[in-house]
Order: sequence, then structure tokens, then C-alpha cells
Amino acid sequence: MSAQDGPAEGRGISRDEVAHLARLARLAVTDAELDLFAGQLDVILGSVARVGEVAADDIPPTSHAVPLQNVFRPDELRPGLTQEQALAGAPAAEDGRFRVPQILGEEA
Amino acid sequence: MSGDDSLIRMTAAELAAKIHSRELSAVEVTRAHLDRIAEVDGVVHAFLHVAEEAALASAALVDASLDAGTAPASPLAGVPLALKDVFTTIDMPTTAGSKILEGWRPPYDATVSSRLRAAGITILGKTNMDEFAMGSSTEHSAYGVTHNPWDIDRIPGGSGGGSAAALAAFEAPLSIGTDTGGSIRQPAAMTGTVGVKPTYGGVSRYGLIACASSLDQGGPCARTVLDAALLHEVIGGYDPLDSTSIDTPLPAVVEAARTGASGDLSGLRVGVVRELGGEGYQPGVQAVCDAALRQLEKLGAEVVEVSCPHFVYGLAAYYLILPSEVSSNLARFDAMRYGLRVPNGASAEEVMAATREAGFGPEVKRRIILGTYALSSGYYDAYYGQAQKVRTLIARDFAKAFEIADVLVSPTAPTTAFPIGEKVDDPLAMYLNDIASIPTNLAGTTAMSVPAGLADGLPVGLQIMAPALGEAVMYRVGAAYEAARNAEDGGPLIARVPSLPGVPA
Repeated sequence: MSAQDGPAEGRGISRDEVAHLARLARLAVTDAELDLFAGQLDVILGSVARVGEVAADDIPPTSHAVPLQNVFRPDELRPGLTQEQALAGAPAAEDGRFRVPQILGEEA
Repeated sequence: MSGDDSLIRMTAAELAAKIHSRELSAVEVTRAHLDRIAEVDGVVHAFLHVAEEAALASAALVDASLDAGTAPASPLAGVPLALKDVFTTIDMPTTAGSKILEGWRPPYDATVSSRLRAAGITILGKTNMDEFAMGSSTEHSAYGVTHNPWDIDRIPGGSGGGSAAALAAFEAPLSIGTDTGGSIRQPAAMTGTVGVKPTYGGVSRYGLIACASSLDQGGPCARTVLDAALLHEVIGGYDPLDSTSIDTPLPAVVEAARTGASGDLSGLRVGVVRELGGEGYQPGVQAVCDAALRQLEKLGAEVVEVSCPHFVYGLAAYYLILPSEVSSNLARFDAMRYGLRVPNGASAEEVMAATREAGFGPEVKRRIILGTYALSSGYYDAYYGQAQKVRTLIARDFAKAFEIADVLVSPTAPTTAFPIGEKVDDPLAMYLNDIASIPTNLAGTTAMSVPAGLADGLPVGLQIMAPALGEAVMYRVGAAYEAARNAEDGGPLIARVPSLPGVPA
């Protein structure tokens, strides 16, 4: 995707784009969902693109309602979760560690 | 209603007074609410989990302590409460309304949960909600819809429909909600109850499962303004475990609610926001809110019109900022450390994608995809960046309005509760529910919804908005209005909720 495809051209979002975004977001969506979401997201994007109507070039962005700065605490030990607690909700655990599928696919 | 319905109809303040004077035991009060839940929740479905044993044990501890002559742990010790299922609880499942967390037992308590326990409040169970708090009707819960006690064929609002319906069905006198774009206030309006969205940073987010971190805020829900204030003081205040927690004393909201109930609003300026009304607002809703303005004038307030021109862009900015934060926050549901794992595929990536596909509902998927799009290179400036600038302009609109008015008012939601199923397949129509509540979240200010009357037999909420940390004036106005409205109407609005079908009157 490039800036040339941006909302200034008033184009919507295609089914292929939705499929690409779903892959990026690790969602194994079905064909039926793609059909449904592409249409719905097109309508939603058409509506939220209104933010572009506001002249705001010289306006600073707000990411947080309360001005944020780093918050520090004294560097003192305090109890955290035990290993048992941390693993209690894991789908699979072994030898006190999370057991996960292989990280890389066959081709890697 | 069968049995002793006086206990379930009392306010939290009344229950606390009788428990602390030993006229009632905390156990009998809890028992009465558990019995009510057993009687009506099959129809209402406000609860995802009822913690009968833990609730009775907690109440028994309060009784034992009071019997031993110890002072109550808080002004609400012994009073039961329903907790939105988005706060972690070490002794109850926590699902956030999602299949991806079905049966999850968190290894720690949210700060809100632990403050409730320390205050001696009895947690009855966990309430239903739209999945990860995304929705305005509870229809996006993975565990079925909650029904509005005023009309069980209608939605109770959302995302905190369970917490609001539990109050209106007399299953609990208090509940906790979270408000990202209106999820406390809109359900309060739909169910004729009181809901408060505190100033951002006023109530700890530690252990609150994140929807959009810069907008999420937990807050109190109740049937009266004073009860909400009492609960606000229990859960609010600085928490070092939340880096956005405000490190200043909590506004004195209980005192403000008590002062307000005496009724005099002389010298107070109430601003009517021009952009939050008119087209798109149901005429009956508008009429009830107009009557509320006349009530406020009778109490001595001066009503002025204010304009907040950028509020009309609030919905658009919100539906870019929120999905962007959601797409990032929900990446943690990766099938590796907790929650669901669907073992389809050889690699971690395939398992992750299969799990998220099976575990998330359609609204969550839509918002993740939308947020991923808005944050993509090439689109970032036009969407997310621009939405953040609009956010600044909305905060400036509020600042200007609060120069000429002490509080602002509007309808909480543009319509009354709609029929279940009416908007579930039309996301944009669903989003419009939050059009009046969203600006407050974007600005990080505070607002509440107070019952204002009925339109076609369904409740309408009056929204009262105040500046950041302006809770005291907001509670004062809310309590004054509530007292005047109840006096004129011959009692609280909630007394007019009809009997539930199939439940003895």
C-alpha cells in the first residue's frame, strides 16, 4: 500500500486489502468473512475519513488526555507472580516453561 | 416479587446503614440478592458468573467483624456488587465477554477488585459485556445478549449492559463498569440507572483488560447518585501500579452528592451543547432532556447555550483512535501464555491465526482490521495522525465551553433502548449510539448519566459533563437534579420498571 492509494482519492478498501490486513493481524478469516468485512469496512472508512475535513495542519496531536511522562518507582524488590502462577493459564507448559509450537514454518 | 423484596430494592446507602447498625446481616442481604439472581437472571442474563460461595463467605466475614465491634472497613462494607467481567479476579473466571478467554482464571486481582474486597464489599459475580468492551448493546458478547429489564426484547446498552441490567433488575444495588466511549453512561441511560465515567486516570486500570488504553476508564454504577459517589470513593484514587493514574487526592464526591441533594444550584452555569442534540436525536429523548433543563433552572441554575464545533468529528476520530489501540492491545492474545489455543497448523504463526480466528467475534475482528489499516504506513497521517489532531481540537472545545459553563449537559444517548437484533449487522448504526458520550473520552474529562424520564415507556438519561477532576460539581448537579426530578415525579424512575415476565410481582 502506498500514500497514492490514500483517502484523498476517495477510494474505499478492497477485499484483497482486507485479506492482507487480516494476515498482518494474524486472523485466519474465512472467505465469507472477507466478503462481509470488506463491505462493512468500506462503509466505516467512508465515514471516519471525515476527520480529513478538519483543517488541522498546525494543531498538535493528542495521544493521551493526561500529559504523560515516565513514571518511576524506587528500585526495590517486590513479589511478582510465582512460576506456577505465571504458567497456570498456559495452553501448554513443560519443565516450568511455556510450551509453544515451532516458531518458524517448514520453508524457513 | 416473591420473598422479601424490600432488601433488594434498598439503596446501597440504606443497606450499609442497616448492616452497620446490625439491623440486618451482610449475609442475609447477600442471600436476598443471590435469590433474586436465581429468580430472574434466566430472563435477564446480566451475569456470566455468580460466585455464591465466595459472596456468602465474604459477607460472613463482614458480619463477624462488625459483631466483634470493629468499625466497618468502608461506608459500603457488607453491600453486594456486580463486577464487569473485564476486571481480573483471582477467585473467579475473567472472560471480557470473549471465547478467547473462556474459563481463564487470572493469577492476580485488578486494583479495583482488591479495593472492593478491602472495603468489605461483597462481589456477587461477573457481568456480561460486549466482547472486550466493543459494542453498545451486549449483542457482541460471546456468551449471549443481556436483556433490558424495562423490555426484555430490547438491548440494555453496552458494553456494560450486564452491569446496568443487574441494577435495573434489582440483582445488585451497585456495579462496576468501564467507559471507553460511553460503555458506562449509555447502558445507564438505557436502563434508568446512574453511571459515572471518572476523569481519565481517576480509577486505576491495573488489571482492567485493555480495549483502548488512552480512553478506557473504570467507574461506578448504581441506582442513585449518592450510591455512585460512595462507590467512586472506594475504587478511585492514585495507584502506583497504573502509570496513568492521577497522583492527587480524589474529589470529595460523597460530600458533593449530599450537598447537591439539598437542591440549591444558585449561581451555577449549565451549558447546553448545541452540537449534541437536534438531528439524529429521538424527539422523545430531546423532550425529556428539555424538561430536565427547566428543572435545573428551577433549582437556580443559569442555562446557557455553548458550541463545541469539533464534537461532530468526535465519532470519526474515535473510530480511528480506538481500533488503532485495539489492534495493538489485542496482539497479546497469541495462544501462547494464557487463553485459548487452537492447534491448527505447524508453526506458532499459524496456530496464532487459527486461534484468533476462532476466539474473536466479528466486531473485534472488524476493529482489529480497521486499526491495522489506520496504522499502516501511507495511511497513518491521513487517519490516525489526523484523528489525534481532532482529539486536540475537541479538548480545546471543552476548555472553551468550561470557561462559560460549570457543567455541560446533553442527552446521554440519541435514542432509547432499541430492539435486540435491530443494529447488530450494521456497525455504523451501532456506533452512532455513542455520539454524545465519545467527546468526554477523547478529552479525558468526566461525565455521568442520570435518569431523566421516560420516552414511550423507556428510560432516557441526562448526561452531565464536567472538566477533568471536576467530579464534585458534577455529582452536586446530578444529586440536585435527581432529588428535584424524584420529588416532581413522586419517586425515583427505577421504581417504575415493570415486573419481569414469568417472575412473580
